[in-house]
Amino acid sequence: MELIKGITINHYLVFSAILFGMGALGILYRRNAIIMFMCLELMLNAVNVALVAFSKLWGQADAQVFVFFIMVVAAAEVAVGLAILMMLYRNLKTTDTDMLNNLKF
Amino acid sequence: MLSEIAFWILSAIAMVGGLITIFSRNPVYSVLSLIVTFFAIAGHYFLLNAQLLAMVHIMVYAGAIMVLFLYVIMMLNLNRLDDHKKTFSAKLTAVIAGGVLMLVLIAVVQRTDELAGMQAVPSTNAMGLTKNLGKVLYNEFLVPFEMASVLFIAAMVGAVYLSKKEEAVVKK
Repeated sequence: MELIKGITINHYLVFSAILFGMGALGILYRRNAIIMFMCLELMLNAVNVALVAFSKLWGQADAQVFVFFIMVVAAAEVAVGLAILMMLYRNLKTTDTDMLNNLKF
Repeated sequence: MLSEIAFWILSAIAMVGGLITIFSRNPVYSVLSLIVTFFAIAGHYFLLNAQLLAMVHIMVYAGAIMVLFLYVIMMLNLNRLDDHKKTFSAKLTAVIAGGVLMLVLIAVVQRTDELAGMQAVPSTNAMGLTKNLGKVLYNEFLVPFEMASVLFIAAMVGAVYLSKKEEAVVKK
C-alpha cells in the first residue's frame, strides 16, 4: 500500500483529485479561452499523476507509456487550439468565451 | 522520512501554483505559476521513480507547451484582461460546482475499500528508466506510437493551415 515511506496510494489519488478539481474550477470560473486551455492542461496533468502512482503501485511500466500518449495528445491539442485562438482573435478581436457566441441558437 | 516531507512540500507548491493560475488577473503570471506547478509535478514523478517521465515532462510542458502559451499571450498583447464583468452569481456557481466535483472525487478515493487492501508490488528502481520504458514502448505499444506520429503531423498541418492569412483560409 505504501508507495514511498509514509505515503500511500490514497495520498496521491487525493492530490490528483484536488488538481483535477482545480482545473475544472478554473474552466468554469474564467472566461478567457487561453486561461481555460491552461486549466485543461492542469486537469490532464492530474490524471497523469494518478497514472504514475498506479504504475508504481503495480510495478508495471504500461501506465507510464499511457502518460507519454497523454502528453502527445496534449501537445497536439495545444498547437491546434492556440492556432484556432489566434485566428479567432484576428477575426473577432477577442478571446472572451462570452463574446464567441456566433454558433448560439 | 525525507521523501514524505518532499511529497508534502511538492504538493503544496503544486496546489498554490494551480490557485495562482486560476485567480491571477495577469495571464503571464498564470503561465509562470503553471510552469511552477509543472515543475512540482515533475518532482512527484522523481519521487515515484519515473525518472524519464519527469525529464520528458519538464521538456514538453515547461519547455514547449508553456512557451507556446507565452508566445500567444505576448503576440495577442493580452497582458491585462477585462475579466471583471463576470457577475458574482456566475463566479459563485463556478466555485460551488468545482468544489463539489473536487469533494466527490476525494470522497470516492477515500471510501474505496479495494484500495485499502491493496499491497504495493515491490518494483525495481529501474522501472522508469529509459531502457525499460523504451522496451515497453517499442514492443507492446509500437502501433500506437506510430499513430501518435501521424497525429502529430495532422496537428502540425492543421496549425499551419489555421494560422495562415485570413483571406487565404476563407477563399474556397
